[in-house]
Amino acid sequence: MKVLIPSSLLSYTKAPEVDASGATLAELLADLDRQYPGLRFRVVDEQDQMRGQMRFFVNGEQVFDLSHALRPADAVYLVQALSGG
Amino acid sequence: MARTTKKPAPRKKESITGAKRTSGPARQVRVLVATRKGAWIFHGDAARKVWRTDGPHFLGHIINHLVLDPRDGRTLLAAAKTGHLGPTVFRSTDRGRTWKEAAKPPAFAKAPEGDKGRAVDHTFWLTPVHANEPNVWYAGTSPQGLFRSDDGGVTWEPFSVINDDPQYRAWMGSVQDGTPDGPKLHSIIVDPRDPAHLYFSMSGGGVHETRDGGRSFTTLVKGMEVVGGFDAANIAFHDPHCVRMCPSNPDRLYQQNHCGIYRIDRPSNEWTRIGNNMPKRVGDVGFPMVVHPRDADTAWVFPMDGQSVWPRTSPDGKPSVYVTRNGGKRWQRLDTGLPESQAWWTVKRQSMTADAHDPVGLYFGTTSGELWMSRDEGQRWVCIARNLPEIYSVEVAEV
Repeated sequence: MKVLIPSSLLSYTKAPEVDASGATLAELLADLDRQYPGLRFRVVDEQDQMRGQMRFFVNGEQVFDLSHALRPADAVYLVQALSGG
Repeated sequence: MARTTKKPAPRKKESITGAKRTSGPARQVRVLVATRKGAWIFHGDAARKVWRTDGPHFLGHIINHLVLDPRDGRTLLAAAKTGHLGPTVFRSTDRGRTWKEAAKPPAFAKAPEGDKGRAVDHTFWLTPVHANEPNVWYAGTSPQGLFRSDDGGVTWEPFSVINDDPQYRAWMGSVQDGTPDGPKLHSIIVDPRDPAHLYFSMSGGGVHETRDGGRSFTTLVKGMEVVGGFDAANIAFHDPHCVRMCPSNPDRLYQQNHCGIYRIDRPSNEWTRIGNNMPKRVGDVGFPMVVHPRDADTAWVFPMDGQSVWPRTSPDGKPSVYVTRNGGKRWQRLDTGLPESQAWWTVKRQSMTADAHDPVGLYFGTTSGELWMSRDEGQRWVCIARNLPEIYSVEVAEV
């Protein structure tokens, strides 16, 4: 499926949209990390919690649970909120 | 004390190398500046008078520490946290021309199901270890964690004896107990005579020591004071800001603490508050501690205002370095060239250091983005750079 990548992670993917697969968001992240080593740890911490301002949207809905099931036609957006100065 | 699952480091001993007085062609100084918005390297000429700016590196990344490995003179490690992304370590093997991210940055062990584990917010401190262990580094993190790399910073493993030990976790306290930008493990010091002899400190959480390569640790806080009303017997209340070992005498350590300036001469286990000899109107609060590379009686501090609500700025808006040349019996003000008034500077614990030239060069960076140096051990100060982002650390490399 297509995954939209935030600008802060382009140093890993070199592209704003990439292909990845997985039956859940956790599997999708694992596939992204296989393709782009190091990406997962910038999104999810060592306790498998999403980092503060990283968010997944699946078909336009915000999803916090990494066990959320995915279908091949789903549109997945990985979004980073920006704040602070 | 607590035990570890980690294999102890081999006990190899060597003579004290110390910092050698410069002879022959002077080695050129590189000043490594880590800031809230990236890193800069300032290349000095042989006289340390002309400085070329190299940077920014990692513009927009929060860089807490940038350190050159003195064992090979070319490997740089940068402790980074990128805005809202997670923490990582970047590595260069060509003095900063190219960088590659660590394959496995410092991270705590995954907590058992149902337990709330800790996550590294940022790597704060990097220490290249020992000439006998050319690829070994230690890292200290926020929240407090101790990590070791055996492959030059590519992969990092946690010290479970510290990071997961219930007693240490109690001494570390919670995030709310730490410094405003997070509690930290710092001042990782390896005895140049014995890589199995290691010190580290925690803000908060005291000073600690191992003599068996990390299988067991003991506390080293006797003589250290805590904020009035708190119990000094509770390790959690101790807040060492910066501890340094004298290269010319590894049995002597100096410490700038939240509550004073201290010295210890091993094998004694008791710190002496040498900051009581500072002028009363200035006090002995501060963050960095700098020691002379060849004279164990000489050390420098950068006092901060610790009155009332703890402004942590230069007392009266008049910044100055203070030096002792007799182990802390007397202190002398060194402010020639620094602003005479209305300079409300803060210098963080990693933001002041010395080179090994003769006379010694001193360097410090302010949170207001100014980089200053002295070519004559603090007698006269000049500004190298202004308008940098908030400076988090200043290190010197000689190449």
